[in-house]
Amino acid sequence: MLEGILLGLSTALSIQNLLMVTGGCLVGTFIGMLPGLGPMSIIAIMIPVAITVADPAAALILLAGVYYGAVFGGSTSSILINAPGVPSTVASSFDGYPLTRQGKAGKALTVAAIASFAGGTVGAILLMAFAPALVSVALLFHSAEYFALMVVGLSAIAAFAGKGQVAKATMMTLFGLILATVGESALFNAPRFTMGLMDLQSGLSFITLAMALFALPEAIYLVLDPKRSQTGGGKSGEIKELYITKAEARQIAPVIGRQSIQGFLIGVLPGAGATIASFLGYAVERNIAKGADQEAFGKGSLKGLAAPESANNAASTGSFVPLLTLGIPGSGSTAVLLGALIALNVQPGPRLMMDNPEVFWSVIISMYIGNVILLILNLPLIPYIAKVLALPRNYLVPFILFFTMMGSYIGQNNATELLILVGMGVFATILRFANFPLAPLLIGFILGQMMEDNFSRAANIADGASFLWERPMTLGMLIIALALIVLPTVRSRSGQPHKPKPPEGPTP
Amino acid sequence: MTLERAIGLLFLVFSLAYGYEAYFGMDDLLPPILQRTPVWPSSFPKILAVCGVLAALAVIVSPSRADTESRDIDHRRLLDYNLGQALTLIGLMIAYALLLRPIGFLAATTLFLALGAFILGERRYHWMVLTAAIGAVTIWYLVQEVLGIFLRPWPSIL
Repeated sequence: MLEGILLGLSTALSIQNLLMVTGGCLVGTFIGMLPGLGPMSIIAIMIPVAITVADPAAALILLAGVYYGAVFGGSTSSILINAPGVPSTVASSFDGYPLTRQGKAGKALTVAAIASFAGGTVGAILLMAFAPALVSVALLFHSAEYFALMVVGLSAIAAFAGKGQVAKATMMTLFGLILATVGESALFNAPRFTMGLMDLQSGLSFITLAMALFALPEAIYLVLDPKRSQTGGGKSGEIKELYITKAEARQIAPVIGRQSIQGFLIGVLPGAGATIASFLGYAVERNIAKGADQEAFGKGSLKGLAAPESANNAASTGSFVPLLTLGIPGSGSTAVLLGALIALNVQPGPRLMMDNPEVFWSVIISMYIGNVILLILNLPLIPYIAKVLALPRNYLVPFILFFTMMGSYIGQNNATELLILVGMGVFATILRFANFPLAPLLIGFILGQMMEDNFSRAANIADGASFLWERPMTLGMLIIALALIVLPTVRSRSGQPHKPKPPEGPTP
Repeated sequence: MTLERAIGLLFLVFSLAYGYEAYFGMDDLLPPILQRTPVWPSSFPKILAVCGVLAALAVIVSPSRADTESRDIDHRRLLDYNLGQALTLIGLMIAYALLLRPIGFLAATTLFLALGAFILGERRYHWMVLTAAIGAVTIWYLVQEVLGIFLRPWPSIL
């Protein structure tokens, strides 16, 4: 492991990769602040850029930097103008925005930056401890277990979708899996479900799908409801007093410690992700706090800001565990990163650590570097970067729509792709009207191919579907998967009181 | 019927059509040699179709919640929002997709950005065209020269 860390250090600390992570963080923060472009869309837009980098380690470092930057930028806009770009920063606006209105925007941003930094760093340390252990278990898995594991992962994503949402999330996951079967697959050299259309021969492009599912509906929402992009106007100029006092530091330190660990553990679970981690972190801290402290929550409490910020960053790091060790994304953002890895010809999964140790370790090391850069570079720059929030909506929306289209056009160089994008985007908007979660669709789409490959391989070895019940580990996992789907449904039927409803929308 | 159930119903029909193709439409085309393998191209879709039908039924029968998120859009009052603007912009995107090849990247993008701003209510025409043109040229330069991805800048007849 030490060898790996050193290899990671030497890769991540090369001039080129330092530039990558710095540039990625800056670009991510910049775009992440804009309403309408969440981490998933930004990563998807950056994939063509990353592919031209060619070196997979550098490309992944760039994308990871963009990801951290985007998460940070999202909390900045939710603190400054109460416009969370992504669901995972909604909880940060509960106390962050009141602080801004009290004229303490600088202090709020500093607390957010420190909490994010601590959350991200603790997450990275835990990731370093967890990942290699999980890899050694994962190496024992055969195709049959892989197939079962993916079923468990997808069921968990549906099961954690929230009360009354399990059936919808399951349906969305299946829709994603079905879309993944369109086109020619590696296993069978014949096109399927193309309806005779030439353009569907190579299947749907996942960048197009990511754009259609997340960026486009958000942009349409911005048009439909102008209030969503209402900028505070002039607020950005008033950011001063970036320092916090010693007493305040002592107050938030235990919160950050607790929430970093809790957030990480929630992030590791497939489907739970940063959104649930931040809301749960906020709720837990509010319940723990006593007296006047508790009263202050929601009215500009530093604790109330530190809790969701450290939790969502730790969870973002935690979501890398299943991605790097099992090759299974637990959230929308890691699903997009997985797509990028495949495009870069890196096969994610337990073999990643052996076959491409420089990729594996440099990504982990770059997490530390990314966190440091966000802290020392972005914080002083925030007053200037925040100017982007003053962009007039009349220009912002056409540019967002245009970037969405460019992202999918550049990847395929095919104008039909744009029509698919618009069609899927409109459909995704309607799905959002009805509160259908969209992240499961994308995750299902990305896992679909791998799932079928593993299923086919296992069935070929066993000469039939008998592997499903003859291998104890496979059977066990499939039973867990079934329980995950069925239990919440039964429980919601019996009308039992349930934990607070997690927010709708994609997990970042 | 609520929108959720309508979508559930739509997905039910979709799954049935998909399942019909998987169960009855594909296997005859399979070469004889492949028919000896345990897994056919239609095997996995068959499972998915059954699960899809079940999930769609679950969505249709499950009690729907009337409450909507306070910050999200209530689709039952869709006409209160800027629906016209949104639909025009979607139309503009379709026009862009169709015109991108024939009239070239620079012209199509400048038109798209300028008209997009116009639809949203921008009326300072010189600013509009200037921003759009600068945006189009900058992005073309970045994609073509920095990323090295070819984008035809001029109309195809030139």
